Amino acid sequence: MYPAAFEYHSPTTLKDVLGLMGKHGDDAKVVAGGHSLIPMMKLRLAQPKHLIDLRNVPGLKGIKEDGNTIVIGAMTTWYELESNATIKSKCAIVGETASIVGDPAVRNLGTIGGGLAHADPAADMPATAIACGFEFVCEGPKGRRTVKVDDWFQGLMSTAVKEDELLVEIRVPAIAKGTGAAYLKFPHPASRFAIVGVAAVVTTDGSGTCSKASIGVTGAGTKAVRAKGVEAALAGKNLAGAGAIEAAAQKAAEGVDVQADLQGSVEYKAHLCRVFAKRAVEAASKRA
Amino acid sequence: MKLPVKMTINGQSVSHEVEPRLLLVHYIRETVGLTGTHVGCDTSQCGACTITMNGQAVKSCTLFAVQATGANIMTIEGLAKDGELHPIQQGFWEKHGLQCGFCTPGMIMAAVQMLERYPKPTEEIIRHQLEGNLCRCTGYHNIVKAIEWAADKMAAAK
Amino acid sequence: MAVTEDRLFGKSIKRTEDPRFITGRGKYVDDLKLPGMTYAAFVRSPHAHARIKGIDVSQAKAHPGVIAVYTGKDMTGVNSLPCGWDLRKEKGIPGVVQDLAMVPHMPLTSDVARHVGDPVAVVIAESQDAAQDGAEKVQVSWEPLASVTATDKATGSGAAKVHDAAPSNVAFKWALGDAAATDTAFKGAAVTVKKRIVNQRLVANAMEPRACVARFDDATGELTLWVTSQNPHVHRLLMCAFVLGIPEHKVRVIAPDVGGGFGSKIFLYNEEVVCSWASRLLKRPIRWTSSRREAYLTDAQGRDHITDAEVALSKEGKILALRVKTTANLGAYLSTFAPAVPTFLYGTLLNGVYDIKAIHVEVTGVFTNTTAVDAYRGAGRPEACYVLERIVDAAAAALKMDPAELRKKNFIPKFSGAFQTQVAVSYDSGDYLGAFEKLLSIFDYKKFRTEQEAARKQGRLLGVGFSTYIEACSIAPSKLVGALGAGAGLYESGKVRVHPTGGVTVYTGSHAHGQGHETTFAQLVGDELGIPMEQIEIVHGDTGQIPFGMGTYGSRSASVGGTAIKMSLDKIKEKGKRIAAHLLEASPKDIEYVKGQFQVKGVPAKAVPFGAVALTAYVPHNYPEGLEPGLEETSFYDPSNFCFPFGAHACVVEIEPETGKVKIVRYIAVDDVGNVINPMIVDGMVHGGIAQGVGQALWEGAVYDSESGQLVTSTMMDYAMPKADMLPMYETDRTVTPTPVNPLGIKGAGETGTIAATPAVVNAVVDALAGMGVDHIETMPLNAERVWKTIQAAKAGK
Repeated sequence: MYPAAFEYHSPTTLKDVLGLMGKHGDDAKVVAGGHSLIPMMKLRLAQPKHLIDLRNVPGLKGIKEDGNTIVIGAMTTWYELESNATIKSKCAIVGETASIVGDPAVRNLGTIGGGLAHADPAADMPATAIACGFEFVCEGPKGRRTVKVDDWFQGLMSTAVKEDELLVEIRVPAIAKGTGAAYLKFPHPASRFAIVGVAAVVTTDGSGTCSKASIGVTGAGTKAVRAKGVEAALAGKNLAGAGAIEAAAQKAAEGVDVQADLQGSVEYKAHLCRVFAKRAVEAASKRA
Repeated sequence: MKLPVKMTINGQSVSHEVEPRLLLVHYIRETVGLTGTHVGCDTSQCGACTITMNGQAVKSCTLFAVQATGANIMTIEGLAKDGELHPIQQGFWEKHGLQCGFCTPGMIMAAVQMLERYPKPTEEIIRHQLEGNLCRCTGYHNIVKAIEWAADKMAAAK
Repeated sequence: MAVTEDRLFGKSIKRTEDPRFITGRGKYVDDLKLPGMTYAAFVRSPHAHARIKGIDVSQAKAHPGVIAVYTGKDMTGVNSLPCGWDLRKEKGIPGVVQDLAMVPHMPLTSDVARHVGDPVAVVIAESQDAAQDGAEKVQVSWEPLASVTATDKATGSGAAKVHDAAPSNVAFKWALGDAAATDTAFKGAAVTVKKRIVNQRLVANAMEPRACVARFDDATGELTLWVTSQNPHVHRLLMCAFVLGIPEHKVRVIAPDVGGGFGSKIFLYNEEVVCSWASRLLKRPIRWTSSRREAYLTDAQGRDHITDAEVALSKEGKILALRVKTTANLGAYLSTFAPAVPTFLYGTLLNGVYDIKAIHVEVTGVFTNTTAVDAYRGAGRPEACYVLERIVDAAAAALKMDPAELRKKNFIPKFSGAFQTQVAVSYDSGDYLGAFEKLLSIFDYKKFRTEQEAARKQGRLLGVGFSTYIEACSIAPSKLVGALGAGAGLYESGKVRVHPTGGVTVYTGSHAHGQGHETTFAQLVGDELGIPMEQIEIVHGDTGQIPFGMGTYGSRSASVGGTAIKMSLDKIKEKGKRIAAHLLEASPKDIEYVKGQFQVKGVPAKAVPFGAVALTAYVPHNYPEGLEPGLEETSFYDPSNFCFPFGAHACVVEIEPETGKVKIVRYIAVDDVGNVINPMIVDGMVHGGIAQGVGQALWEGAVYDSESGQLVTSTMMDYAMPKADMLPMYETDRTVTPTPVNPLGIKGAGETGTIAATPAVVNAVVDALAGMGVDHIETMPLNAERVWKTIQAAKAGK
């Protein structure tokens, strides 16, 4: 309940942030909304000697449109996403996912950048990130680079962001006409993290045939993954056909390194992946 | 090494030198001496520490005081104005929305934000918006009634 | 007592204590700041079982801000924390088969740590941070030992031994009832049903973590201990007489506002003892506040029974006999009341509301390397009710009989006065069919069965569960519990002090940590004295002000505490009559007390108001000869029996077949708690109790890893308590069967919800799955996975 001592830095430029990160290396941690890091510090599971606060760095917040892309500053909070009109009209799934992260107070401070960089295996937004095809803009001393979502989630709580980089921006393709998107999860009764969460972005033609499906699965494994098997099984199928979605959803646990814990055995969680893949695809296709 | 913090709490300006690791809830309780905000857990679940910061409900156990410098903070002690209870406080009293009282300040502050965002909440919305606040005494039944009472009172006043 | 317009008793009056709580001005222990206050942090075992080879405190002592570091070896002359309930044959305690192994429980263990979290050292520092940092620098050299945590493995050969004095980890063996009659009944029975019933371990999780502030005043030699206690006098007595050997009259224990207890704040814990002891050495105040993780590791936990229950019935469904064998996990140490919970608070409730002619129960208490287990809301009675209500439903299924019909066939017929059970206790008054019929008047059972059938055809799983319960509370007659092994009496104190200006201060040995006594006791006093509540102050939680009391638990405050107050009020009125008689020049036997005035019987005009009598008592100029001045009375009420609230609950659930997730669709409770002072407050007690009962049924459970002995569910992220969006609105109603045991007719209400709800929910889930051939689920919580697995197994025909 009483964190170990640290030095606190509140830089006001991105350059200063990167400078401090470079200077202190492993001894430093960056804090965004703090709702993943600070609980760990309170339990002394994390004991950074330097804390670099991003709250006063301009240019990291905000939601704007860049053509068919919605550009979200990494420090944008879950609540800002939940309540934003542009998000609602262009990529509503992002706001809907944000609206069920944590609880109302957590959503006021927790950020999309913090959540996606921390990459808790049971976090919600990673599934949506995969399904929507987020792009991650990182800035380091050598400049900016963009990472595609399939390269982003690398392992248990590890992402493509380099040690000297900061995730500064998330780029979300607008959901096109004829495409529907939905994120559904089976929440842990205590923590409300996803025991399993599935995001589906599904494009159908006028007759209900799926031309493209993009599915992200979170919660059950050590990281969020793309459900390639489900995607392949849906492609070209008429989703209105009896059992079509359910059949495709049977592949939802493939590629998921399912971890057993108190809330579920491997068998049960794999089953939930299939159930929620079905439900997410059904919901998404209804919106297409 | 201590750092200066300065913020407004319940309309009063406060400033101190604090260690960076001092949690905002401990700053409020121990340094400033406002003990109405409570600590009930270590993992940000229980919500007993809920205050409003710059108009938003925030779990004061999950940020450091140094992060709140410059902020406008309201705690439970600042809710009643000139001795007159806020309708949410009244609602909790009218409807027996508390027993031991420990979760109550956090519940009330969470309800303040809830009714700002959802002035006419359904039972479902009330319960969902209380996800971040645990009560072990009441079973939530009367808390829901208290917030409904307050919503009605606040709507009538408009 | 009928409720009339003018009366306060029976009215849902807004609580007097609320203004301070809703404005953040409650005064809880952690709110206390004293000049020169220091802070304590405890060093605890990370191992479930380990020998302490050595403790090096040098680095900790050298840490800036650290004032002192103490280990068990420093605490010379300090004794074990006591267990206040004995079970020994030589004391003539009934039912003892194997004596209680009175194992020691040192405030800081110095030889062996016996559970994760067992404290071994304390660091006292100038700040909380320094104490924590210092605690991290204490170096303990551990020799990890094998541990045993599972209840059903504790006595197995090869299981790690928790205490030398308890071979095979048996803490005690106890039995009650008539074994021979039970065996005979089983032999002749047409139908027998046997089930394994597991009542899982729970963590109380009051929202306020435990805390204490100990301040030793060197100038006066007085120790003041503020502590989150449900019973400050008990804390004082146990700590002074048994542990520290310091004079009781030099110690004041104050339990200020306390944020919930549910039993977990009854017991004398290591931390307040250590802080009290250390404060006497350091001569400075010391504050300790538990973190939530420490609470999970050290607050006494609840339940943890494994039971094999068998019921014998006639083919018509008449229950003939009940046989119960229970293993009860006590954890690593004997907590203050622990042996009573799975014995006298459990076995004696196994007659339930049913007319069972032969019962036998055997209980084995076992030690394991886990947190100590003791009373948690209901304390033994939920365990008994759960066994009964599950086996009755299982029996109904076996007989293919409607569970409501089976219950009706077996209820003890309405009675008042006494019903002698087969398990020692005699019930006070009851109308079990009446409560059940009231429930069925609210819940259209026939309609539900039709809906259920229609839903089943659509593949939806709806179920209803009944729970017809009885419980024993308002503890307890001192001589009786003494004969059963209690180390204390269980009476209650109530002092009423009338002030010269007519205000009244009531000092009650009961303690309110959510129960609203400041309101309900004032209602009682206001009614009896005919004065407004604003003129009455209720004082609780301070041994410095209040005569010795036993505190609040076991739903005893209104009934036992209230009666003590009533006794004092009666004495006040008697004395007042004598004073009034003198003033009115009448005989005391011609004086009656009506609506706040002493009047000549039937002549309201010839009267003296309460206030005038009060003033006269303190300014005794015109005063009866031989009568002492003053108007204050103290009473100690020792009840003649327990009281037995009862009722009928029904829970409707819907199960999501794909996931196994259970939703509570509807919850109806009909409770008979005798007379009710404040219906709103009693309803609140029922609501909260239901939530905890549902929590046990569906989500809660303290889980220990069988290999490492670690408590896996040690944070609120892992241990799932009910949140607002997991519960519905409750429908509550009552029948009123006053108890003849006390003059208030109050039975007690605090625990009924918890006792009844758990089986109501589990029965509903089983009922929802009955169509698949499921008649029982052994273990709780019925989380989604467990229910889903049950469905899969049923579909596979297992």
